[in-house]
Amino acid sequence: MTGPDHAGPDLTGTGTGTTGGTAGPAAPPVPVPVPDPERWRRLSPLMLAVHPVMEVVRALPALVGVLVLGVTRGAAQGAVWSVAGVGVVVGIGLLRWATTTYRVTPAQVQVRRGLLRRSVLTVPRDRVRTVDLTAHVMHRLLGLARVTVGTGQSDRRAQDGLRLDALTTAEAHRLREELLHERGPAVGLGGTPATAGTPATAPVPGTVPARPGGTPVTGTGDGTGTGTGATVLATLRPAWLRYAPFSLSGLVTIGVVTGFAWRVAGDAGWQPDQAGPVRQVVDQLGRAGLVLATAEVVLVVLLLVGVFSTIGYLLAFWGFSLTRTGAGTLHVTRGLLTTRTITIDESRIRGVELSDTLLLRWVGGARCTAITTGLRAGRGAERGASLLCPPASRADAAGVGARVLGDRTPLEVALTGHGRAATRRRFTRTLVPAAGLVLATTALWRLADWPQWTVEVALTLLVLAVPLAADRARNLGHALLPASLVMRQGSLVRRRSALTRAGVIGWTIRRSFFQRWAGLVTLTATTAAGRQHYEVLDVPAARAVQLADATLPGLLAPFLVGSADPAPAGDPTR
Amino acid sequence: MTDSTLPTLALRPPAHRVSGRAVVYWTARAALGWVGLVAAQAIWLAVSPAERAAHVAVFAVTLVLAVLHLAVMPQWRFRVHRWEYSQDAVYTQAGWFNQERRIAPVSRIQTVDSHRGPFERMFGLANVTVTTASAAGPLTIEGLDQPVADRLVDDLTRQTQVAGGDAT
Repeated sequence: MTGPDHAGPDLTGTGTGTTGGTAGPAAPPVPVPVPDPERWRRLSPLMLAVHPVMEVVRALPALVGVLVLGVTRGAAQGAVWSVAGVGVVVGIGLLRWATTTYRVTPAQVQVRRGLLRRSVLTVPRDRVRTVDLTAHVMHRLLGLARVTVGTGQSDRRAQDGLRLDALTTAEAHRLREELLHERGPAVGLGGTPATAGTPATAPVPGTVPARPGGTPVTGTGDGTGTGTGATVLATLRPAWLRYAPFSLSGLVTIGVVTGFAWRVAGDAGWQPDQAGPVRQVVDQLGRAGLVLATAEVVLVVLLLVGVFSTIGYLLAFWGFSLTRTGAGTLHVTRGLLTTRTITIDESRIRGVELSDTLLLRWVGGARCTAITTGLRAGRGAERGASLLCPPASRADAAGVGARVLGDRTPLEVALTGHGRAATRRRFTRTLVPAAGLVLATTALWRLADWPQWTVEVALTLLVLAVPLAADRARNLGHALLPASLVMRQGSLVRRRSALTRAGVIGWTIRRSFFQRWAGLVTLTATTAAGRQHYEVLDVPAARAVQLADATLPGLLAPFLVGSADPAPAGDPTR
Repeated sequence: MTDSTLPTLALRPPAHRVSGRAVVYWTARAALGWVGLVAAQAIWLAVSPAERAAHVAVFAVTLVLAVLHLAVMPQWRFRVHRWEYSQDAVYTQAGWFNQERRIAPVSRIQTVDSHRGPFERMFGLANVTVTTASAAGPLTIEGLDQPVADRLVDDLTRQTQVAGGDAT
């Protein structure tokens, strides 16, 4: 029900801040010489126009059902409720606009909201790590942008609070400059012509050949500190489009479209299995025989996924560019209909991650994301905010990561494998469940009259488990470099994470019963950035201690024993 | 790799055990869960006379599992659960079947707090949780004597204040 664009009615602001908010709507509580920054500012009144339209769009299936197609009584009643719901949500939106104000004082960012339960969210300015300007189509038509400020806090609720939906583009840009570029006495950037982020302008086709893929990092690595110069680190290249069908983003699109169609059909009281074309297809498949029918379905699904993935890729990454500004931030701009400009404080970047799905790897592609505090990986609106390079050729993606890190070794260095025991464990962990499934389905087939195909599916899974386990074992690896800890794991989705040593803020050494048996442990580096925890999976116990000790020298020293033998440890590399 | 020339090291377990009363507490807590399960089965057995043999078998298996769990788990857990802190780091070990060691530098600690549920209070026990800026890395020491927990919180809070910084 909830679309991706609103956090829902949050009249209850999150009061992680300081003051209880008893002050009047526009009274600055602290009198300070600089008058302007102390003033409470409002969201753009244009939002009053955007919000109802957005809600209507979201309720479109219901409206289409009631206005165009639907006359059936039951469906119409449901639609009436939907329309009433839209009314309520629009009302809440108006209220939210009226009660939300914000300001940026020299020391803090404050957002005040709520009608009955007033709350003021206060975040120290030096905690601001990222600023994300997102503009949907409606936003862009009216020159608006939604601002999401990422702080270093891992607290979920505090993050939701620092979102302003929406400001005028000019105001949003000014806010971003204030938050990320105008702090600290040294960085006096008046108008900042250097910043390349102009999200509301028409996106330029990504054909700027400013950067060949695999060039060495040196030379572009130190764009910071110049004060004015912005360096373009990457732009979308047409050649990357051939990785788009393999990005699998189309699966989501197909799901959404199917869901939408289903709702329209449902609200209109229309039953798809009664319709002519659908019946013809079903009948044809029924006549075609199992193998042919499966092949047909698979082919059509693959084709659809490919097409939708490409469309999704274009929508998300059109006009992609990654820029290093002179003020120590990275700018990512992208998007065809919904534009997004994410600004990341470079000093908060704790590493880079190169990831590829099985399919993407098969065609030699990969994507690159930043591991940074203030952007927690895989969470709602923040998802994708840390993206540094969309699915592209492996060399290009690694090149982008290398430019951001200023060092290409973490993404290229050969990794130390985890040895025989780890390989064995990968096999048992994939094969035992698959074999169990085969046994269970066989028993149920014999004893409880389950259809035979369940056994066949289970057997297929068992066969597929072998290459999967082999690949998972092959991909295990780690390396300790002077500046970072690199680890790799996974098969269906493989990740090589390079975490800077300074980003490691703790260790977890996990030993399951079976791991203890095999002499392995999982060493987890905890961090305030990205995924919050990065695992070196199934590494020999002694090696894990070595790694942890060498990564943060001295920390483990009081707890170590048996360091008498300085002979090289038998490194279980295959 | 170059770092394979490092000496072979092993991490010793942390120095301090948790309170001896924790064993009783863990037993009681686990027993409560089993009592519920056993009671439900007893009622089932009494109410529905059909397939009595199967029911009795399941009941027996449950009882055996419960006795085994209650006999083994608390002792095992007591042997594993340990904690220690130094000038620079907090170090904990927890679990029984699966075990976990966690180490956090004192300079990265964000909050230290002790908490105790009503059931734990009956046994005079308290837990201490140490959080860092990572959402993945809280260290929890379960089943400490209340005075020990208070002293630990005091000490760590003092050390953390000395360290400073924003700990990310």
